[in-house]
Parts: sequence; structure tokens; C-alpha cells
Amino acid sequence: MSKIIYLVPLFPLIGFLINGLGRKFLSKPLISIIASGAILASFIVSVLLFINVKNTGSISAAYFDFINFANVVIPFAFQIDQLSSLFLLIITGIGFLIHLYSSAYMHEETSHHYARYFAYLNLFVFSMLLLVMGANYVIMFIGWEGVGLCSYLLIGYWFKNINYTYAAKKAFVMNRIGDLGFLLAVFWLINKLGTVAYVDVFANVSKLSQADITIITTLLFIGAMGKSAQIPLYTWLPDAMAGPTPVSALIHAATMVTAGIYMIARSNILYTMAPQTQAFIAVIGLATALFAASIALKQDDIKKVLAYSTVSQLGYMFLGLGVGAYTGAVFHVMTHAFFKALLFLGAGSVIHAMHHEQDIRKMGGLKKYLPITHITFLLGCLAIAGVPPFSGFFSKDEILTAAYAKNPLLYYFGMAGALMTSFYMFRLYALTFLGKFRGTHEQEHHLHESPLAMTIPLLVLAALSVVGGFIGVPEVFKADSHWLEHFLSPIFAQSAALTESHHLSHSTEYTMIGTSTALILVTIIFAWKKFSNYVPNEGENEGFNKLLANKWYVDELYNSIIVKPIELFSGLLKNVIEKNVIDGAVNGVGKLVVASSRQLRLIQNGQVGSYILIMVVFIIVFLFAWINDLTIVRFFNKLF
Amino acid sequence: MIPVLLIFIPVFAGLISFLLKNERTVKGWALVSSLIVLATSIGAITTNNPASTLFDATWLPSLGARFTVSLDGMSKMLVLLTAVAFTLVFVATNKNEYKHTAAFYGLMLLTQAGLMGVFLATDCLLFYFFWEFALIPVYFLCSIWGGKKRIAVTFKFFIYTFVGSLFMLVGILYLYFLTPDQSFSLNSFYSLKLTLTQQCNAFLLFFIAFAIKMPIFPLHTWQPDAYEQSPTATTMILSGVMVKMGLFGVIKWLLPIVPLAINRYAMPVMILSVIGVLYASLIAIKQDDVKRLIAYSSIAHIGLMCAAIFSQKNIALEGVLIQMFNHGINVIGLWIVANAIEQQLGTRKLSELGGLAVTAPKLAILTVIMAFANVALPLTNAFIGEFLMFNGIFQYNIWLAAVAGISIILAAVYTLNMVQKIFYGNTVTATEKAIDIDNNVFLSLSITAVLILVLGVFPQPLIDLTKSAVHLLFVK
Amino acid sequence: MPIQYYIYLALTLFTIGIIGVLTRRNAIIIFMCIELMLNAVNLLLVAFSKMHNGIALVTNKDSMVGIDAQLFVFFIMVVAAAEVSVGLAIIVMMYRNTHSIDVNFLNRLKN
Repeated sequence: MSKIIYLVPLFPLIGFLINGLGRKFLSKPLISIIASGAILASFIVSVLLFINVKNTGSISAAYFDFINFANVVIPFAFQIDQLSSLFLLIITGIGFLIHLYSSAYMHEETSHHYARYFAYLNLFVFSMLLLVMGANYVIMFIGWEGVGLCSYLLIGYWFKNINYTYAAKKAFVMNRIGDLGFLLAVFWLINKLGTVAYVDVFANVSKLSQADITIITTLLFIGAMGKSAQIPLYTWLPDAMAGPTPVSALIHAATMVTAGIYMIARSNILYTMAPQTQAFIAVIGLATALFAASIALKQDDIKKVLAYSTVSQLGYMFLGLGVGAYTGAVFHVMTHAFFKALLFLGAGSVIHAMHHEQDIRKMGGLKKYLPITHITFLLGCLAIAGVPPFSGFFSKDEILTAAYAKNPLLYYFGMAGALMTSFYMFRLYALTFLGKFRGTHEQEHHLHESPLAMTIPLLVLAALSVVGGFIGVPEVFKADSHWLEHFLSPIFAQSAALTESHHLSHSTEYTMIGTSTALILVTIIFAWKKFSNYVPNEGENEGFNKLLANKWYVDELYNSIIVKPIELFSGLLKNVIEKNVIDGAVNGVGKLVVASSRQLRLIQNGQVGSYILIMVVFIIVFLFAWINDLTIVRFFNKLF
Repeated sequence: MIPVLLIFIPVFAGLISFLLKNERTVKGWALVSSLIVLATSIGAITTNNPASTLFDATWLPSLGARFTVSLDGMSKMLVLLTAVAFTLVFVATNKNEYKHTAAFYGLMLLTQAGLMGVFLATDCLLFYFFWEFALIPVYFLCSIWGGKKRIAVTFKFFIYTFVGSLFMLVGILYLYFLTPDQSFSLNSFYSLKLTLTQQCNAFLLFFIAFAIKMPIFPLHTWQPDAYEQSPTATTMILSGVMVKMGLFGVIKWLLPIVPLAINRYAMPVMILSVIGVLYASLIAIKQDDVKRLIAYSSIAHIGLMCAAIFSQKNIALEGVLIQMFNHGINVIGLWIVANAIEQQLGTRKLSELGGLAVTAPKLAILTVIMAFANVALPLTNAFIGEFLMFNGIFQYNIWLAAVAGISIILAAVYTLNMVQKIFYGNTVTATEKAIDIDNNVFLSLSITAVLILVLGVFPQPLIDLTKSAVHLLFVK
Repeated sequence: MPIQYYIYLALTLFTIGIIGVLTRRNAIIIFMCIELMLNAVNLLLVAFSKMHNGIALVTNKDSMVGIDAQLFVFFIMVVAAAEVSVGLAIIVMMYRNTHSIDVNFLNRLKN
């Protein structure tokens, strides 16, 4: 079985090469068939691998030495175990659906750009596969930066709009800040352990001192902050919505942004041994969850709401990782991939129908025009809100329960965030699909349900969002029903051995589930009532609301305390320091030579007498010096 | 015999090209000659037979200087770089028009000979001879075919590097008088047993020359001006190959001879280098001229290499060697882009460009590859070198590595800035009627892109080529 | 006579020569001062020659020690004579051109 591992990333790579190099010769249908076919092929291989892993355990394959110098040996190797095979399924499965969706969504593009789009998308899948399949941190880093590159290319896909390219640049640069942390962690590992292979690192983890582990985990987490959009590096993700909507669904919701969670789940043993880092992650995750949710409350752009929602959900995943609920976090990655991809694709369908209108204040009443989109979107909203028995309920519940076990305070805040989530999601839903249509007549005239290639992925994802949660039913309902935990247990075995599991009593869990469900339902009904007959009014964005609508002015803050000072400083370096101080010093030396030679020239005044005088004076001086054997004479004696 | 061929083929080709009349013949002749050199250098890297990698003849018997040239792992790589660089340059700038074409190409070929000599010489006086020999044609190239401010700039460039070289000459003589057999040969320099004071003296004398040539902060100000004012073909050689002379000098002529002094001055030099890395990166962010932007970017990369050398870790040194080659390829790629833009649109100002991806998609795609190689994205060739170098710096001092690491963020900022300002957005007056690149530029950029990707995925051959050389440097 | 007397005399003549060259502007007088310095050196050469020869003669009747100095004197006198002829010719030419033999007049190379 390990012989076919390389096929998984190979197919998307081939797809990328064909579409990238042959973009002038291929027709649009052919392009989409090649691209989607490539992903479908790797999905099939992934399924085979998954079944294999499920039955016989993890497999690995090494191909060639990427770097082999002295004691640093980094093989180009893949490792397929429970965790990575699960991610493979998510990436290729959802990836395929989104490729299919894109083939219709992007149909307006010329074939040249159409091929470019699919080439980028395939390249992204390739990089993401490298990220999860790598058997060591360096291969993971290759994928890590590769997805950053594809994210850059796809956000800036419509490059004629200069603002989109700013968003792309911002995403790449902010990711790079995190990447620096990742890279330093890798150096630290190489330095202390001499290896970056997961197997060796985790086996030798006892050789690291406590301080080392804390620093390595913190640095890795900084990498995750950038990639998975956590405070303070989250601002790129909402801007990344400049890219085509399927891209947002695939990269900025389902897969790339969860790379940070994958990485931490992968290194779980390191994190379990670094309780301070874990606490830090939990706090950052929770803070991000709440902060982003609060912003999402007042956003009017359909994609922006979903983007902040993604940031917030990622925060929950990090909360899960921080409290040691690794399975819960991975579970949430999976369910989130289902329903957030669904929501984004649904939003894409809406935007498609509305002719690129994204402001939900100008929508409304789309229920009757877009029935399939409407129903699937509603299911997605229910799933993300955490209404039982939709998938989001199970995964979120697992994280929050673990948070409660760690510290009830974390639970209360987490719950508050979950309520905000259900509020803003149903605000979004109600504004978009309920009430009367608020757009122009022209738009209304053209409203239509999207083609099959777009609705099929919606239906599949909706089904997954509804039933996806049943692979992780909490123990409280039925003993041994948590299939996912059982499946992933080899990955987290090392951590589990170190932590004592403190189960909550069944009655507490029931109470928690009961109250949270009740509260969420109340919020949903409240939002439904409030926004189903929405009329725009002027005064709604005042005071605190204005603060939220402007995203707490974080972008402005970063701009004024980081971007502007750096710009000013580099302007100062360029125009003052470089020009006047450093080059000035160099030119100054030159000028000094010229000036002093101009002065020195005056001695050569053409008066023979003065020449002779100087000669005589110096002869006398040397004579005296010689007689008295001064240092200078000794120096000359030595020289000659 | 191969090293001699590598030096004398370009010399003869250069001299002959002075005599040619027809412009197209000259260009063809230069290209053929560079291809022959390329073939020879490929032969050079595959051979290990001492008879063909070493050549020794009497040169100045009264001084004890001999004409000794030889190929080791390090020089094999740099010879290959020189050969590849000149071929790429001749292909890419084939359409450029020059007055006195024959003289231009003649001087270019002589420069190649000088560079080959620098990388091959194992006699210190011969090394010095070629060091200056490579400088002189470049001086004429810049001062005759350069931009508006060429006279002042070339004068500064020449004086600056020449003053440095004179210090080195004093250093060479200093070591020469310390050798027991009064010889300039590398081996007798290597077997010197010097005290710390002697090492420091020699180090300072040599290092001034190398530091100016690299250049490291704050001795760098000649470089952006020289790059900006030189004809682009010369700039490519200057930044692709010539700045490597300084790094090469430190590795081959300082590290094994004065290890104690290197160790003593490591910290200040590394701090200066790291300051230079950040300083140049920050300035690059604000540049409006593409050529100056690339120049500052190059200063930042070279600064990192210098810091890596002084970390004295073999892994960092391996990184530097690989990076010397890869940086040469990448930066030439960027210059080809700059040249293509300037030749066609007549401007290099970012503020006057925009939307070129609409009219020149091929150029845009290839430039993006160059740009991401410049920010050392994994699976491009630059990543591997930077990875190894940072590793070594990290081993030496964690904080230096962390601070120098900021440059990978800043590199992303200025490189993507450049890509964005040139290619994205709507077309402007300058780019409205632009057409895509011609076959020459396309060919040379494609070769560069292929090299970038292949060496990025399979860097091991380069590592194997230079491994033994690095090992030998540390045996001493 | 002790050698010191010759030295003092030569030194005096030489100093007079130098001061003359430095202070006077008349080319002829400068010329004469140069001759004076040359002759001071000649005098010294002859004096030392005689001294060394005298010491050597005590042990060896046919000694030639120090005699070469007197050869030098002849050389110097011959060279000086040649120099005078050339120099005077220059002065004559100079007088024809500038109607002056003031050396400070001859600073046209300046600037």
C-alpha cells in the first residue's frame, strides 16, 4: 500500500502542470475535467489509503534525501497515519466538490484565466497534501509555505483590481510572520535533537528540557497563529475574501486555515508537555473566538460574516487544543470543513445569482428564487450554530465540555461565543433569504437557481453537515460510540498516557447540553424574528455598533502602529541615512581628499626658494633625528 | 588542463571579438564562446582526475609566484555559475543595442576570464592579479555604456573597490613574508602557523577588500549606484557573479588561514551583516526604481551569506556555497526581467508601471517565479541555502538568527510590492501597448525558472558537489 | 692642522651658500652660492682624504688610502664646470626673454 502514497499529491501536480502549461490550447470543459479529475483520482487513492490505515495502521514512504549534510538528514518522506489520512479525505473530498462547483462558478472567465484558476487550485491541493502527508517538519513547512503561495495567487486572482492584490500581499506577509516562528522552531529542533522527523522527535521528546519544549511549542504556535488566523495575526483572513468564493470555501475555510490545528494535533505530545503553552493557546483561541464573533455580528458583506465566523470557529479549535481535547479539535476541523464549505458555496451561489452583489442589506427574500441554496444554507446555519443533532453540535460540545473540565470560566466564555455565532448566522440567513427582496429590479429579474455543478456539491456538503457529527457521539449518550476518538487514539496515545482523564459526571453533561441547546434555540428565534422583516435604517451603526461594524478598528491600529512607522522608518533610511549619513561619509572621504590636496597644492607655489627652504629644513630635521635616534628613524630602519 | 581552458577560452574569444566588425557576428561569437565555456565547465564539474583539474606553471620565479590553477568543489560550482551566468546574459540581452558592439562583448568576455581566474587561482598573487583583472573591463563597461551619471558612479565604484584591493595586496605581502619558503601558494598559506595578532592583522587587511566587494553594511553605497548606472548586461554579471568574489575570498583565503581572527571578529561582523540585511530590506521597501530595488535586495541576501560564513558552522558554510550559486541564478533572472521591461517600456519606475500582467502574461508568470525564489519559498532553489544558513547562524546565536529572520518577512514585502506595482492593477500609459517578451528573453527566463525549480526540489547534487570542499575547510 | 678647522670652514662656506640660495633672487648670485656649496664639499673631501692618507702612510709608504676622494673632487669640478656653462646659458636665455634674472619671475608653471 505504501507504494501508492506518492500518487496522492502526484495527480494534482500533473493537473497543475497540464493546465498551467497548456492554458492556451485547452478548452474550458477539458480544463475543468482535467483539474477535477486529478482531485477525484487522488480522492480515490486517499480512500484506499484510509481504509488501509484503518485496518492495518500507519504506513510511510521515503523517496529521496531532500537535504543530507553532515548530521542533518531530511528525507523527502510521507507518513500516512490516522490523522493524516483523515485530513487527506477532507482535502481531496471537499477539494473535489469545490473543483466541481468552480467549473460552473467561474464559467464567465476566458479560457486562459479559467486554466490559470484551475492550475492554482490544483497547485493548492498539491501543497496542502504535502503539508499533511510530510513525515517531518520540513516537508510540512514546504507545504505550509506552498499553501501560502497559492493563497496569495488565488486571493489576487482578479489582479486587475489593485485592492485585491493588496489583500493577497497582506495575507502572504502576515503568514510569513508566522512562518518565521515555525522556521525557528524547526531550527530549535534540529539543534537540540538533530532530527525533524515526527517519529524521532516524539520518541526523543524526553531529551528536551522543559524550557526547550515551551519555546518550541510557542514558536510553532506563532506559525499556527499566522496560518490559522488567530489574534494578533488574523486580519488577513477577512481581506482574503477578495478571492473567488470557491477559493474562500476551500482555502480560507475548509483546509488551509486548519493547517495550524493539524500541526498542533500532530505535535500533541510536545504541547501536552508544555502546560504554559497550552494555557496560552487556550486563551488566544478563546479570545479570537469571542473577538471575531463580535465583529461578525455587525458585518454586512455576506463573505465577511462567514470570514469572521471562520476566524471565530478556528478560535474554538485552538481552545480545544489548549485544553487538551485534541480529538475534539480535529473533529471540529472536520465538521467545520463540511458546514463552512457549504456556507461559502451557498454564499457563492447567492452572489452568482445576484450578479456579484455581496451586501446582505440589499438581498432578502431569496428563499423562493434559490430553493436548493436556501435549504442547504439553512442546514449549514443550523450545523454551525450547534443545534443537535447537526454535526456542529457534537464537535463544539466536545470542545466546550473539555474546556469546562479544565476551567468552567473557559466554558462560560465559550458558550457566550456560541450564542453570538447562532445570532450572527441567523441574522445572515434571515437578511439573505427571508423577508422582501431589497435589490434592484434588474437583479430581481435575473435571479435564478445555480446550475447542477454548483448545487450538487451543496447537497453533498449539506448531507455531510447533517450527519457528519455521528462519528463522534459523546460517551454520555452511548458507551464506545465515539468512533473518531477510537480511530485517532494511536495519534494521541502518548499524550493520553501523560494526562489523567477527568470525566464529568453524566448529570453535569446532560445539564450542559440541555442549557446550551435551549439558549442557542432562543437566540436563533430572536435573530429570526428580529431580521426576517429587516428594513435598512440610518441610525443602526452608532456607538458600540459602529465599533463592531468597523472591526474594532484593528486594521487602523495595525496600520498606525506597525505599517506606518515601518514605512516612515524605511523612508528615513532611504532618504536621510543612506543618502546623507552613509553615502555622505563615503563621499565625504572623497571630498576630504580633494579638499586637502587643494590645500596641499599651495605649498607647490613655484618659488624655487621655498622648495629649497623646505628641503633644507627637513634635512636638518632628519639630521637631528638621526643624531638623537628618534623613533621615526628606528621605524624607517626597520622598514628598510 | 581544464582550468587553463576555462580562463583562456574567454580571453581569446574576447580579443578576437574586438576585431570583428559586424554586430550580429559579434553577438553570435560571444554566445558561441560562452557556450563552449559552459560545456567545458560542465566537463569540469564531472571530472575528478587530478591531471585535468590542476595546472601548475612557472610565472614569476623571482618572487616565488606560480601560475597555479585548480578545481575543487567550491570553485567547480562558481565556475559553473560564471559559465551559466554569461550564457544567460548573452541570450537575454541579445536584442540590446550598443555602440561599439565589438568592444562591449570583448570586454564582457575578458571579465569572464578574470572571474574564472579568481575562482580558480590557488596562488595568492595570481588571485590578486585576476581580482584586478576582472575589475578593469567592468570599469570600462560601466563608464562607456552606462547611464547618465556613469562617470561619477564608475569612478566611485572603481576607487572604492580599488582601495580595498590595495589593502588586500598589503595583506598578501604580509603573509608572503611570513611564509618560510617565500611563496604565494595556497598550500603554504594554509600551513602557516600564525599567532593571534598576526592573524588579526592579516584578517583586517584582507577583509576590507572582501567586505567592500560583497558589500556589507556600511560599505555598500557604491553598489546600488553602480547597478543602476551600468548597462544591464554588466549589472547581471556584477550582482550575479562578481559580488560572490568577496564571499569566495573570505571562504577560501581567510577562513582556513586565520581561523582565530575570524572567531574573534565573528560577532561584530555578524552584527554588522545582520544590520545590513534589515537595513537594505527596509530601504528596498521604499525604492521606486526596479534596478535599485533589486540592488538592495541583493545587498540583503549577501549580508545574510556573510553572517552565515562568520558563524563558522559547516552547515552554514554549505548553505552559503549553495546560496552563492542559487542567488546568482535568481538575481540574474530578476535582472533579465528588469532589462526586458526597460528595453520595451523605457522606464524602470514602479510608479509609472502597472497592469503588465494583462499585456504580458508570460513575463508576469516567469517574474512571479523569480520573485518567489527571491523570497526563498520552499521548493525554489533559494530556500535550501537560506535554510542551511539560518541553521548555522541559529547554532551560533539564537537572537541573531531571529533578528535576521525578520528579513524573510521584509523580503516578502518588497518583492511582492514590486510584483504588484509592475504587473497588477489596470494598465497605465506605459504598459497599455506593451507586447509580451520575445523568444530570447523567454528562453533565458525559462531556463532560469527551470533551474530554480529543479534545484529547489533536488538540491542534493549541489550539496554533494561542495560537501568535500566544506569538509576540507574545517579540517584545517 | 686638526681636521676640525677644515670642517668648520667647510660648514661655514656651505651655510653661507645655503643662505645665499634661499635669500637672494638674482640668478647669478644663486649660481655663485651653489658653487660655494660645491666647493665646501670639495674642501671637506680633500681634507678627509689627506687625513686618512696621512694616517695610512705611517704604516705603509705606498698607501693609496683615501686618494679616491681627491678623484671625486676632480669629478665634481668637471661636473660643476659643465653645469656652470649650461646654467649660464639658461640665464642668458632667460635674460633675453624676460629682461631680468630674478628667479621669482620664473613661476609661470604655477596654476
